[in-house]
Amino acid sequence: MSQSNTFTLDGKTIPYNEGQTIIQAAMAAGVYIPHLCFNPEFKPHGSCKLCTVKANGRQTASCTQHPAPGMVVESDTIEINDERRALLQMLFVEGNHFCPSCEKSGNCQLQATAYEMKMMSPHFDQFFPDRMLDASHPEYLLDFNRCILCSLCVRASRDVDGKNVFALSGRGIKSHLIVNAKSGRLADTDFSGDDKAAHVCPVGVILKKRVGFTIPIGQRSFDEQPISATPHPQGACPVGPRSNTATLPPHPTVKGG
Amino acid sequence: MNTPVKAKLKVATTSLAGCFGCHMSFLDIDERLLDLLQLVEFDRSPLTDIKHCGPCDIGIIEGGLCNAENVHVLREFRANCKILIALGACAINGGLPAQRNHLPLTTILEEVYHAQHGLVDGFIPNDPELPLPLDKVHPIHEVVKIDYFIPGCPPSSDAIWKVLTDLLAGKEPELGHGLIHYD
Ligand code: SF4
Ligand code: SF4
Ligand code: FES
Repeated sequence: MSQSNTFTLDGKTIPYNEGQTIIQAAMAAGVYIPHLCFNPEFKPHGSCKLCTVKANGRQTASCTQHPAPGMVVESDTIEINDERRALLQMLFVEGNHFCPSCEKSGNCQLQATAYEMKMMSPHFDQFFPDRMLDASHPEYLLDFNRCILCSLCVRASRDVDGKNVFALSGRGIKSHLIVNAKSGRLADTDFSGDDKAAHVCPVGVILKKRVGFTIPIGQRSFDEQPISATPHPQGACPVGPRSNTATLPPHPTVKGG
Repeated sequence: MNTPVKAKLKVATTSLAGCFGCHMSFLDIDERLLDLLQLVEFDRSPLTDIKHCGPCDIGIIEGGLCNAENVHVLREFRANCKILIALGACAINGGLPAQRNHLPLTTILEEVYHAQHGLVDGFIPNDPELPLPLDKVHPIHEVVKIDYFIPGCPPSSDAIWKVLTDLLAGKEPELGHGLIHYD
């Protein structure tokens, strides 16, 4: 590997191909950079800023930034992790994240990333916003309380399913997820459980009905191993009980919450 | 030979708007309680039934703030404890009781005491002895400074044990994978 196509990440030499972003090259090399709105299957959105690194001393989103030969990238530093934790805390207080009653708990990337960043409290004052629940669809429900506006469902529905079921609307603190139907209800769209959009939400918004707590809390993906040790966290977020039991080894102990 | 006797650290605990689940999890440290009692003695706590908190080294608060009395107790703890620990989801983010924050308080009181099916001539209690409910349930760090947080619903006894033993050893408490949980 010639020097021209490597950079260093926290001192480790990372090879990269033309066109790869910093996070893609890091993932390929098995190095974890925290991220929420990035999913290797989709075009980057660059909105959550969890993946922020310092590239040659300047802060940048590693999911959109391409490396340069010999670039010095810092990621796992106290300074950057403190900022990541503050971003996570803001995401937690802006929504309603009551993990003990959330079906996604233990499979949730927001939660697992917060564990990784040692977020012990939300620090800021809770907004306790009033948000809706849409249970109109026979197979799926939407709990808007937990939306982090990562736009993955928007990208999946538009770019993969060709349906445009979801969109982000409003600006700033008023940004919110909308459903593309006159009624605003999921049941009145052509959304289906076979859609890619049904399986990309990193948090507990787009939930398959009647799955609930089939896999008990304590025996879920990120109970088994931290998100930093999970090469493709999206793949670790099961979509239903069948695929979940098929991929997870049996686990004898029930770790209490 | 006189070896100086090391003074035991004083620990106070209380449950505000919580379900006592965190205290149950604390008791779940089982026989390690005996080791702990070599090092600490309990002041105000549901375990001792002491009603007011004297000067303490560590105060442990379960539950958030749902009424005026919760706020008074929290302030008493903060005034008396060198280190204050928020124990569990409700203390840290309001938890289950805070799920009422999306309903107007009057609607809830009407529903519970007045309008609900089967209540005859129900009225909303207004005895001066009863603490007034707060408009919304709040986590405790929104009212006083909290030094350490042990998340979980409830936190596992191992997580509680880890934080307490780290503190008693004079270390910054740290919860690694498997011990840090929000659920
Ligand atoms: S979406 Fe994640 S962080 Fe939010 S309540 Fe559910 S498990 Fe917790
Ligand atoms: S619903 Fe889920 S996937 Fe869609 S924007 Fe919100 S958090 Fe992202
Ligand atoms: S993962 Fe890069 S900005 Fe969200």
